[in-house]
Amino acid sequence: MIALFRRDLQLAMRAGGGFGLALAFFLIVVTLVPFALGPDRETLAAVAAGVLWLGALLACLLSLDRIFALDFEDGALELLATAPIPLEGVAAVKALAHWLTTGLPLTLAAPVLGVLLSLPAGAYGWLTLSLAIGTPALSVIGTFGAGLTVGIKRGGLLMSLIVLPLYVPTLIFGADIVRRATDGLDPTAPLILLAVITLASAALLPFASAAAIRINLR
Amino acid sequence: MSLWEYANPVKFMALSGQVLPWVGGLAALCLGVGLVWGFFFTPDDFRQGSTVKIIYLHVPSALMAINTWFMMLVCALIWLIRRHHVSALAARAAAPVGIVMTLIALFTGAVWGQPMWGTWWAWDPRLTSFLILFLFYLGYIALWSAIEDPDTAADLTSVLCIVGSVFAILSRYAVNFWNQGLHQGASLSLDKEENVADVFYIPLLVCIAGFVCLFLALVLLRTRTEIRVRRIRALEARSRMA
Repeated sequence: MIALFRRDLQLAMRAGGGFGLALAFFLIVVTLVPFALGPDRETLAAVAAGVLWLGALLACLLSLDRIFALDFEDGALELLATAPIPLEGVAAVKALAHWLTTGLPLTLAAPVLGVLLSLPAGAYGWLTLSLAIGTPALSVIGTFGAGLTVGIKRGGLLMSLIVLPLYVPTLIFGADIVRRATDGLDPTAPLILLAVITLASAALLPFASAAAIRINLR
Repeated sequence: MSLWEYANPVKFMALSGQVLPWVGGLAALCLGVGLVWGFFFTPDDFRQGSTVKIIYLHVPSALMAINTWFMMLVCALIWLIRRHHVSALAARAAAPVGIVMTLIALFTGAVWGQPMWGTWWAWDPRLTSFLILFLFYLGYIALWSAIEDPDTAADLTSVLCIVGSVFAILSRYAVNFWNQGLHQGASLSLDKEENVADVFYIPLLVCIAGFVCLFLALVLLRTRTEIRVRRIRALEARSRMA
């Protein structure tokens, strides 16, 4: 499992792995927002929390298809399925590798982009914290979506259609933390609920992902 | 004699062929009586005027929208556990019916909301969760149509249906947490003394019975079609082999 983890990280980091692409996408989305809404600082500050969360979510979504697609095409996924480690473990490790190469960089970049959108000073810590807690859930749920659609040619759009509704609760709680912090309210309640979603999906969804991959490999 | 015998497509076709006209007729009768009674022979509400009558379409369709997903969940579990093809096909047949019920509920709600709340749409928890339910139906139907092999499609959609159910319930509570709403409490529930005034209540019950029968008739009809499509495919494959 550690070997698989290292391999996934290396594949993502090296050329063609698309490691920086999600970050670049996040930057572009945030840059486009003032063009759409106008450069007024107060308007931007009011929507900054939601825009940052939405941008991170979309950047995460766009990088999902690399989790299984390449391994499925060259047959590595079938080798993994017959390997002594359970497929549930493979799904969990792949989600973890996806988070380390996508969710974590997004979390670290978000405060910098928050400056561009003039996010209020009190919200930066909460923004980083909420993304750090919430993005693992996005990776785990996304791994399920990727496993479900791995056998379908040009399944990217279909995967978005399936995965985005599943992202709704995570987005609601995650963005609510930052919004409450922006308004000077206490954000602990949504923080706890977000942590519940992350922990529960990390515990349960690898089983569903593995089931979906088994069906697709049949 | 057990219920599982009807998982045999031949027996299912025989039984459903006999039942279908009765259920269809009952649906037409209940809907005819209930809607005419509701629309023309009940008094206008003293505050809402005649707009109250949209309840005869709104409440039954909303009820069926949720229960259709529930039925699909049960069918998915039966398929995954006992591998009865009729069950998978019934789930596939029910999904478009469910999405239309969701649309009817959203549409009639908007038509009612315009004069009453002064807006077609509000980001109210109930409205929002119905919209999310609509998206779940869309993803489910899209996944069915994207996969060619019928057994793989049935398996994958069943997994999606189970995971989706959990997330749909989760979204319901998340949305509740996120925004306080305009929508009134549940119109009907079993533990209340009086739900709606009796003059509206009885035609409403008739309409609900009509919608249930309509749903049953449509799902039976569509399941029969699916079974026939499957048979034709098998015959074609066999003739190509020969």
